[in-house]
Amino acid sequence: MSDQRFPTQDALDSLRAQVRQASENESPLRIEGGNTKAFYGRPVAGETISTIEHRGITHYDPVELIVSVRAGTPLAELEAALASEGQMLAFEPPHYGPGATIGGTIATGLSGPRRPWSGAVRDFVLGVRLLNHQGQEHRFGGEVMKNVAGYDLSRLMVGAQGTLGLITEVSLKVLPKPGACHSLRLDISLTEALSQLAKWGQKPLPLSAATWHDGALHLRLEGGPSSVADTCRMIGGDSLDNAYWEDLREQQLPFFQQNDMPLWRLSLPANTAPLEIPGIDAESLIHDWAGCQRWLHADVNTGTLRSICAQAGGHATCFTPDKLPESAGPFTPLEPMVAKYHDRLKEQLDPQGIFNRGRLYAEF
Amino acid sequence: MNILYDERLDGRLPQRSKDEVVAELSRSIPDLNLLHREEDLRPFECDGLSAYRVLPMLVALPETLSQVEALLKQCNRLKVPVVTRGAGTGLSGGALPLEQGVLLVMSRFNRIVHIDPEARIARVQPGVRNLAISEAASLYGLYYAPDPSSQIACSIGGNVAENAGGVHCLKYGLTVHNVLAVDILTIEGEHMSIGSQALDSPGFDLLALMMGSEGMLGVITEITVKLLPKPETAKVLMASFDDVEKAGAAVGAIISAGIIPGGLEMMDNLAIRAAEDFIKAGYPVEAEAILLCELDGVEADVNDDITTVREVLESAGATDIRLAKDEAERARFWAGRKNAFPAVGRMSPDYYCMDGTIPRRELPRVLKGISDLSRHYGLRVANVFHAGDGNMHPLILFDANREGELETAEALGGKILELCVEAGGSITGEHGVGREKINQMCAQFNHLEIATFHAVKAAFDPQGLLNPGKNIPTLARCAEFGAMHVHDNQLPHPEIPRF
Repeated sequence: MSDQRFPTQDALDSLRAQVRQASENESPLRIEGGNTKAFYGRPVAGETISTIEHRGITHYDPVELIVSVRAGTPLAELEAALASEGQMLAFEPPHYGPGATIGGTIATGLSGPRRPWSGAVRDFVLGVRLLNHQGQEHRFGGEVMKNVAGYDLSRLMVGAQGTLGLITEVSLKVLPKPGACHSLRLDISLTEALSQLAKWGQKPLPLSAATWHDGALHLRLEGGPSSVADTCRMIGGDSLDNAYWEDLREQQLPFFQQNDMPLWRLSLPANTAPLEIPGIDAESLIHDWAGCQRWLHADVNTGTLRSICAQAGGHATCFTPDKLPESAGPFTPLEPMVAKYHDRLKEQLDPQGIFNRGRLYAEF
Repeated sequence: MNILYDERLDGRLPQRSKDEVVAELSRSIPDLNLLHREEDLRPFECDGLSAYRVLPMLVALPETLSQVEALLKQCNRLKVPVVTRGAGTGLSGGALPLEQGVLLVMSRFNRIVHIDPEARIARVQPGVRNLAISEAASLYGLYYAPDPSSQIACSIGGNVAENAGGVHCLKYGLTVHNVLAVDILTIEGEHMSIGSQALDSPGFDLLALMMGSEGMLGVITEITVKLLPKPETAKVLMASFDDVEKAGAAVGAIISAGIIPGGLEMMDNLAIRAAEDFIKAGYPVEAEAILLCELDGVEADVNDDITTVREVLESAGATDIRLAKDEAERARFWAGRKNAFPAVGRMSPDYYCMDGTIPRRELPRVLKGISDLSRHYGLRVANVFHAGDGNMHPLILFDANREGELETAEALGGKILELCVEAGGSITGEHGVGREKINQMCAQFNHLEIATFHAVKAAFDPQGLLNPGKNIPTLARCAEFGAMHVHDNQLPHPEIPRF
């Protein structure tokens, strides 16, 4: 089933031709979709190859909980098509602008507030089609829920930012929208919130988002109407507009606006205590994902920040790399052994270094 | 076609004399427990796919990480292949030994290193049994979700190697969705930590690459798994149908109603009879098919969902619907399903368990195809089916003592898997490719895709020493296999979209 409301267009031939040409000339390519996440990563020099003309849902079967979609399809169109069947992308991807595409969503691997409870982008990827460095089409995974044949190259592409191949189409698992959704705001301290979240996490509560900032814990409850109502009564607090979560996901909350300092995303293990970062008040951070994803504006030494996160078992990513010294890089440097196997994989899958060279790390 | 390693098709293996390897390993790792006499090797000649047996050159039973590290370094230096195994419950021959290779048995790494109930994670060694994790976590009201039928015996390291599944997969995912980090040793004997206790890590998703890689990219030495809160309640409905097709349609109807069951399983008449005869689960032996539908979660939601599912099943034409009246009956309903394989095993001297996935809508067509193939090859097939996620387990009944019957079962199995690919599915949902489905990989992937798999392998194991011959066929094997199945250089049924 495909949705007739939205235009479809197959531009595979021209994409293939452009990759082949680049391969012959050994000239690098810079992959672009809606260009909404260009900030996320290192700048790439190369001829632009755009997926934007390669668009449309190629197959949607709500009963099978599966959708296949071309890379250049606007995320908003995909979400609208799913919503008309009462379904959703459970990983709640951020758009960061109206032009966001599904290809960019997969390539950057970013997930929204529901991530700790529902899973990340990679958890919903069932298959990809991609063009390799010679412009040859490959299909990995497929349109079934379980598939363990061969290595999992579909998920390897998630978050690889186009450095290993050009994603042209993706198949995703979708889920029914929950029957009920209600959000709450509780005026409790950060310490109290983190300790409460650790306790709630051990119970089967219908939580689907939990963020502490601005002096309060913000919660979203999703599930059956009965359990959502029961849990609301148990937790108490004030009702919160569900639109809060979209503002958070899209970085539209006042916290994200008008700040000249670099914006950092910290990814940390569950139940990590408030971090002691020199010159930073722990309560000034947004503690999202029940504390596993934290946002902060800080002009701190990059090495110091990364080392604090590493000691806690996590890492730090800069969302405004243009505000950092070039040597710092947006992503936490890889451990030497891990870096060695990244280099080897890149060498094997894109030996000429055509795709998004240097986007993740200068070395590949 | 015999699935044992064939150097002509699977590549030349290094030739080292057993005496030389034993001498070198004994000298350089004197405290390592090495077995090399034939009678000591015999218990290790197969995994759960017992129709295929190969005596390994020798068996190493390390107890410490430094022994594993030293062993890998020596094998890398001597160019001796290494096949890693855990409990040996795998059903696709993923741990089938090699005559010229060392069998590295990780079963002594069986310690739960740490459970952190507040962070809801467990760090475990690879030899820990799947069920032992949930047992240990139950003190805190937590559990580990993926539950292969062999969970009482299978080890978590093997679960990672095969990306194992189970009846809870539709709602809670496969192993890949429930592991946060692994530590591995490379064939060069170097340690690498992949993933972390945080929800993501910088760089490529190497963790996903390790899941289901069948011991070909590294040896797993520690695993950090996610634990989930135990659902407040779980209730199971059993619906009987006088027609398999109606049961299949009911599965789609439940999901269309917006309900994702914790488990949704289907069994056909032959499987129902076998299970009932073995377990006395209270199954209706006259039914053509039964569906077991488990709903779990918060009590109030589960009760609402039961009402909805009951209505859906009635409209779908169920002849009888029973809600397990208590925990004992619920356990009995599941015991029938979980013991379906051994139950079928009692009906026949041997059985061969297949593992293909299909889009659910194709179920009636594929079941009919299996039934036609069963008649054509003259062997009975019982069907148990993870209906929620389209994962079929046709069980082919045969007698290995009858001349040619194993080969017939193999041929029938291969045809069933090709039927799954033709229907838009995969040759394996949760058991892995191993050695068993190595030929069918050539039906699911073309030579370019297989070459890319080899490129990934080369990045981690340039000499091809880790579990050679498993998971990814050589192009030579596909060419040979293709001689039987490929016409005019076309894949079987090129008109059918495989994606």
